[in-house]
Amino acid sequence: MLVADAVLGVVAALLVLAQAVLLARVAARSFDGVELSVIWPSIALFAAATFGRAAAAWGFEVVGRRAATDVLAELRLEVVDGDLDAESSADVATLAVGGVDALETSFARYLPQVVLALVVPLAVLTLVAAIDPVSAGIMLLTLPLVPVFMWLVGRSTARRAQERWRALSILATHFLDVVRGLPTLRAFNRSEAQVERIADVSDRYRVATMGTLRVAFLSSAVLELAATLGIALVAVTVGVRLVDGGIGFESALVVLVLAPELYLPLRNLAAQFHASADGRAVAERLLELADRRREAAQGTLSPPRASEVVVRLDGVSVTYPSRPTAALADVDLELLPGETVALVGESGAGKSTLAALLLGLVTPDAGVVSVGGLDLSECDLEAWRARLAWVPQRPTLFRGTIADNIRLGDPGAAIARVRDAAELAGVCRFVEALPDGYETIVGDGGRPVSAGQLQRIALARAFLRDADLAILDEPTANLDPASVELVLDAIEAARSELTILLITHDALLASVADRVVRLERGRVVRLTVEAA
Amino acid sequence: MTTLRRLVGLAGVPAGRLATALLLGVCALAFAVALMTSAGYLISRAAEQPPILSLTVAIVAVRFFGLARPVARYFERLASHDHALRSLGRIRGRFYARIEPLAPTELESFRRGELLGRMVDDVDALQGLFVRALGPPLVALVVAAGCVAVTAVFSPDAAVALAVGLLVGGVAVPALSSLVVGRAARRQAPARAELTAELVEAIRGADELAVYGRRDEIRSRVGRRSRELARLGRRDALATGLGDALAILVAGLTVAAVLAIVITEREAGLLDPVLVATLALLALASFDAVTPLPGAGRELSRTLVSGRRVLDLIDREPTIVDPAEPVPRPPAHAPIELERVIARYPGQPTSALSRLSLRLEPGERVALLGPAGSGKTTVTKLLLRFLDPVAGRVTVAGRDVREYRQSDVRRTFALAGQDSHVFHATIRANLALARPDATEADLWHALDRARLGDWVASLPGGLDTLVGEEGTELSGGERQRLTVARALLADSPVLLLDEPTAHLDAETAEELVRDVFTATRGKTVLLITHRPEGLELADRVLELPAA
Repeated sequence: MLVADAVLGVVAALLVLAQAVLLARVAARSFDGVELSVIWPSIALFAAATFGRAAAAWGFEVVGRRAATDVLAELRLEVVDGDLDAESSADVATLAVGGVDALETSFARYLPQVVLALVVPLAVLTLVAAIDPVSAGIMLLTLPLVPVFMWLVGRSTARRAQERWRALSILATHFLDVVRGLPTLRAFNRSEAQVERIADVSDRYRVATMGTLRVAFLSSAVLELAATLGIALVAVTVGVRLVDGGIGFESALVVLVLAPELYLPLRNLAAQFHASADGRAVAERLLELADRRREAAQGTLSPPRASEVVVRLDGVSVTYPSRPTAALADVDLELLPGETVALVGESGAGKSTLAALLLGLVTPDAGVVSVGGLDLSECDLEAWRARLAWVPQRPTLFRGTIADNIRLGDPGAAIARVRDAAELAGVCRFVEALPDGYETIVGDGGRPVSAGQLQRIALARAFLRDADLAILDEPTANLDPASVELVLDAIEAARSELTILLITHDALLASVADRVVRLERGRVVRLTVEAA
Repeated sequence: MTTLRRLVGLAGVPAGRLATALLLGVCALAFAVALMTSAGYLISRAAEQPPILSLTVAIVAVRFFGLARPVARYFERLASHDHALRSLGRIRGRFYARIEPLAPTELESFRRGELLGRMVDDVDALQGLFVRALGPPLVALVVAAGCVAVTAVFSPDAAVALAVGLLVGGVAVPALSSLVVGRAARRQAPARAELTAELVEAIRGADELAVYGRRDEIRSRVGRRSRELARLGRRDALATGLGDALAILVAGLTVAAVLAIVITEREAGLLDPVLVATLALLALASFDAVTPLPGAGRELSRTLVSGRRVLDLIDREPTIVDPAEPVPRPPAHAPIELERVIARYPGQPTSALSRLSLRLEPGERVALLGPAGSGKTTVTKLLLRFLDPVAGRVTVAGRDVREYRQSDVRRTFALAGQDSHVFHATIRANLALARPDATEADLWHALDRARLGDWVASLPGGLDTLVGEEGTELSGGERQRLTVARALLADSPVLLLDEPTAHLDAETAEELVRDVFTATRGKTVLLITHRPEGLELADRVLELPAA
């Protein structure tokens, strides 16, 4: 596709040269007194070349874009596959939508332009050299300036563009953050003060950008100067030699008309290079994100059922790159089949990290997570997760119906099973009171759902799963005592069939466990074995 | 047209800067045309082999234009970028100022992802309104008129041909192009917003999707949206490419026509032979003036699509407004009362609260207990005047809150709750929000009272630690306590605590409630909760029935 595109571009450019030669010939002959009746075939040819050029230019544009869009649609998918936990979602979304479009421009325009920049000046020089070697010499002298300045342009813009994109996405997040926080800002009577702050951030951005542009534009201005001075120089020397009779009028005109065409593809390339610097900065960040792929299931072993074997952590340590201290340090833990274990501890003690290990979302830096003696990292994670139920601390509500949200873990579940799960989670009264019941649209733009109801929906999700191991991360944090009772009942009913890890602050909830494990700063500090 | 006029008003920047940018644009363009024309004249004149001195003026002109063109262009680019960036700041500010009174109740219905699309893309798109959409046509008009006028001095017929060519190339072609592209842009905007919403969800819920084995599905959904956008993009390419091709065609045919005319006139002896090549080159170069126009037309139609959506949001009138003649602000120690209040959210069929009566005496500590969905949070919204009751009234110091300025009502309360937003900024900035003039000691004092002081002190960054987007770098409990510390720092007469103990264990929860009650001795406190901790510390416990 790109080759076809470059060929179309070259055809269009060569037709421009043909037009230049024809134009000079017509004007020179008329100057010499030749009649229109003799000249008109040349004018007709000039017009024909115009048609050819237009057709080639259209093809150039369309083919270039088509080649680009398909590749870029795939690039967006790569981003979704990357490990994006550490990134802010708004930032990544801006990058993947707006940023990829910027990339499209560079992809579609830049590469074919490189071919043009190589072929066209060469063709022009050859033609001019054949007609007037002196002018070709002048052109050759000014031409090397162009790549030198292009290199300068490239060097300063590429680095600055990277900075600019970062500044832009920080700014984008700032603006969105302010809008998201509007209720809080208003509650503290601070929302009006933000108008000034927005202006201030924008102004800082403008000053920074203008600073980089002054340099970037200076390089391209010098580049343009080389081109316009080249034209002026050719025109003046040719003019002076015409007076001496050192060159014919037609040759002089051809050289003059061709002169701008020598520099034009190079200048276009520089302009595209400038535009594509944005694109390349985006591409680099996107690829960097896509490269940080999750450590997906490398293993192929079929994991045993957690309800039948021991799940254990042996000397497991986890350190997040963004935090100085270890989230978990040398932790040993055993979950016996069918056991209910409560995991307690201060906020930040590493409880959620422990859950993430069992879910295969985090791999240990040291130590082993094993299931019935098999290293979890050697197991088929998909198969392992298919037998897990998980209620995260802050569940996500997806756009769609309440039924779809409950069905997250089992898309094919019949509505009767969805209802049963909702009943167990204590959310069915809330849902059934809604006009559309389970078909109520929730999530962004849908019916607002309180934190408590969301937690219950997440519980229903877990109850719907046919699981061997349930990991419940603060499942009752937003619930009232009556609802907590309901959750306790559900746990009581299910505990005989599966292993349960309960992460909680709630003493009542912890009291139903067979065992309580306490984490403190990433270490297990106390093991209380209680009679069930 | 009204849309455009209103957008111009929204993006408006000092006319002086705009005039400078446009004037520089005219110079840059005119110098480029003049360079080729004067060079053509120089060569044609030289071909007559006159004394070299008679060429001096032409030689100087060629050199001048060769030098002046890049200089003018450099300053034009700087001026126009500066202008666009200034516009951006203003547009963001004005946009924010307009939607600020709508929050939170009237902005509830906006999707986060889509809202993001609107803010970043639509608002930002408006920055190019003057320099990229409206400027180029003005510059083109001035320069093209100049070219036609110069041609008309020597050959009126050629001037007519040139004028027609420039009009077709500068008006008809861009109009056609922008029509086609405008349609594509309207199709693309929703696809783009949809894709953003889909991506935000895929990223936010990444872990749950992975655990529940739904990753491939959401991936293919994002893929579908992405391909849909790509498909629309391809159609766009077909249209923009056509515009470029038509422009080339019109320019070439016009030059051919001008050539035929001037050659005929030269044969008839009506035209100096020197001018044949000169006028042909002038015609050729004059199309540089209209080349940017299809791009400007596309820019304009894109800007209008974005602009319409921005205006749509801006045009919503806030339903909660200050009274024409507000009463003086209430005293610090005043009773607060809800009198048989019925509350309903806009667009919702059922009431969130029905006939609730509640009275808070100054200095009283009241706990409001109730199951989820019983309308506990609605009470805080009514007190803060984020929502007006459908029936009944909310009073502070015996007067309806609707009689006060909104800021005076809100100054009475400090809110910490489950919906409190933690900003993507430092701990310091998040706290100082409540009291910008707070000293370092004030900040630490508030943190200590919320039992967060030791933790913050243990962080390497201390108060300057960044908390992440929506406080994601903090645990649930830390987030919660940060919002409590912020509310304590505000030092308002009434403290509203909406579920401050969610995510905390029983021991810490009781400690927090006890600390808050101690720290706020003499102040009114309304503690909204579904948990038993600290209830015994309240003077009174009220229970809300289920919805």
